[in-house]
Amino acid sequence: MPAFRRKSAAVLAATASIALFASACTGQSSSATDDASKDTTITFWHGWNSPGEAAAIQADVDAFQKAHPNIHVKVVGGINDDKINQALRAGGSNSPDVVSSFTTNNVGKFCSSNALVDLAPFLKKDGIDPAKTFPKTMNEYTQFNGKRCTLPLLGDSYALYYNKDAFKAAGIDGPPTTWSEFEADAKLLTKPKGDSYEQLGFMPNYHGYETTTEHYLAQWSPTYFDASGKSNIAKDPAFEKGLAFQKQLVDGLGGFTKLEKFRASFGEEYGDTNPFNTGQVAMAMDGEWRLGMALAAKPKFDIGVAPLPVPDGQKATHGKGYLTGTIAGIAATSKKQNAGWELVKFLTTDTDAVVDFANAIHNVPSTLDALKSPKLTADPRFKTFLDIAQNPNSTTTPASFNGGQYLVSLQNLGYDVESGKQGDIKAGLARTAQEIDAAIAQAK
Amino acid sequence: MSTPYTLRAKHRRSALRTLAFLSPWLIGFCVFFAYPLISTVSFSFTHYDGFSPATFSGLKNWSYVFNDYPLFWPALRNTLWLVVVMVACRVVFGLGIGMLITKIKTGVGVFRTLFYLPYLAPPVAATLGFVFLLNPGTGPVNSLLGDLGIPAPDWFTDPSWSKPALTLLAVWGVGDLMVIFMAALLDVPKEQYEAADLDGARAWHKFRYVTLPNISPIVMFAVVTGVIQAMQSYTQPLVAGKVASGVIGNSGQPFEPGYPDKSTLTLPQLVYNLGFQRFDYGSACVVALVLFALSMAFTALLMKRRGGLIQAGE
Repeated sequence: MPAFRRKSAAVLAATASIALFASACTGQSSSATDDASKDTTITFWHGWNSPGEAAAIQADVDAFQKAHPNIHVKVVGGINDDKINQALRAGGSNSPDVVSSFTTNNVGKFCSSNALVDLAPFLKKDGIDPAKTFPKTMNEYTQFNGKRCTLPLLGDSYALYYNKDAFKAAGIDGPPTTWSEFEADAKLLTKPKGDSYEQLGFMPNYHGYETTTEHYLAQWSPTYFDASGKSNIAKDPAFEKGLAFQKQLVDGLGGFTKLEKFRASFGEEYGDTNPFNTGQVAMAMDGEWRLGMALAAKPKFDIGVAPLPVPDGQKATHGKGYLTGTIAGIAATSKKQNAGWELVKFLTTDTDAVVDFANAIHNVPSTLDALKSPKLTADPRFKTFLDIAQNPNSTTTPASFNGGQYLVSLQNLGYDVESGKQGDIKAGLARTAQEIDAAIAQAK
Repeated sequence: MSTPYTLRAKHRRSALRTLAFLSPWLIGFCVFFAYPLISTVSFSFTHYDGFSPATFSGLKNWSYVFNDYPLFWPALRNTLWLVVVMVACRVVFGLGIGMLITKIKTGVGVFRTLFYLPYLAPPVAATLGFVFLLNPGTGPVNSLLGDLGIPAPDWFTDPSWSKPALTLLAVWGVGDLMVIFMAALLDVPKEQYEAADLDGARAWHKFRYVTLPNISPIVMFAVVTGVIQAMQSYTQPLVAGKVASGVIGNSGQPFEPGYPDKSTLTLPQLVYNLGFQRFDYGSACVVALVLFALSMAFTALLMKRRGGLIQAGE
């Protein structure tokens, strides 16, 4: 039945072509038209998971609702980036109006793809100047290519935690300030036991929770991209030095395989059995939230905090560290952007809200006024993190067109270097720089 | 005597009738297979991030995946490894356990249940259990091996042992194949074994010349479905890699699957990684098409080169 076959083929072809032209998603425009003074309900997604943190953000939202009785907020917690990515694309009645994410590295992706709306008109409307409101680094990592689609909602800075009792027992006076002192201390603090460790001075492996490439490398003050936006990792010696030093640490503390096997016995990072809490490691590179968590786990030793060491030739810059944080923005799919803005504005710029929230979850406040607030927690150890956050030499990882992908590529090179698979670090950096540039070109 | 016109009408009626009967399947086929496949092909030639409309980009995605995407070749190698080794192990063990259980006289039900139960465990829970059992530092398996003086591998933290560990997990959940094989084995005519006994056949000969020819269609079924399953390995390698690496899903740090050393990467993980983590649907579609082509090729090859596998019922 050729006639029938022809007809059905035509029908199929027509269906297919309609399907092809009906694109599932279209670009969103960001023109807020809702009235934020009317009774409305908005949805807010955040990633905080532990009961204490979830209660703290809820308290923050409750304070907002007291100030804005007409805006009701539906809070959804424990959301991860993959869910945010999906919701920002799909929109729909259950999707969020306001989102917060721990991944500052994704700002470039969110801004360049218009997933989150440009906040400049909102800031202008309310006369807020971000440069005068937020610390410099936080101001930088919340925008991309001159487009600001997020604001900082508390920040994180990284420092060295050390077990004061273990230091005393090993006869070490105080925390190390240079990497060579650090390496010597880590070896002194290491007590082997069979083919494993009773106590390890420091877990250098990149999978050791917060010992990631970018957290180490910040101490060498690296420049990730050159002026033309190309990867700079093969040109800036900081990268080679940082990777080489980590490899030296790994080899000096027992070798990759032995350390990795020991790492596999660690408890959960955010749980009470974190290896620093249990005394399995005597030093740890970690964020400011660890202090509250470690104290809550009631450790059997005294906790010390100091800025991370610096390379031997840069002693003057001791006190710097890696900075990142939580970001908040408004979904482009939201129909209630003005109401959403009220919540974002309150959470990120209201001094009392920022201070109370920072105190509750032991994070670094993200506005200049909040950093100066007398209401801030007075624990001197916490002050170390505040100082690092305000240190002019502290750095962050820059936003890029395809988010944190360049860090993943670099991290993968790090894995190859630490395991001995990539002996020639220079060649590895050159190859990885090409990989990063190719991935950015692919995303554009 | 019917005129050509009535003949045509008859043909048309019969065609419509056929179509009407076929329509449930046909509609399903078009909506759930043909249309997605056509759009996957078309998206693979576009730059599409899910936010802005797709724009035509020619062969850029194809070139990126094959030349510049560092995860593609390791993932392809791992997937093929799993297809060959995992499927072979599952079929051998499924058949072996099936044969053992059909041989025993008492407690068949108990053994059948015991071997079938692991298959019912949710994949994530089962994988978590295995990562715990095979933990090189604290796992009971390595403690036991150590006590026996046997050098214990580092399983999920060693790139050369992570896939064998995944294979162990797959073999542990072989209950589904075991049940199918048992049914096939119990269907083999008893007389043929008796005749073989009279001819003085040994156990191996009986297996080779009586059992295998009789159950060959089921072996074929197990191999084909096993290959397709192995091609789609996603959950177990992802969970094992993630848990063993100690990375927390929502720590704000970049996460890429494949720990240790890209050894647990599989092609379906790349589809997710490219599409939902890198916002690159075009390249995700390229990988999906590679996966589709490979599955088709394997199935066609198996169907064509049955190597005398299917004899019964032919």
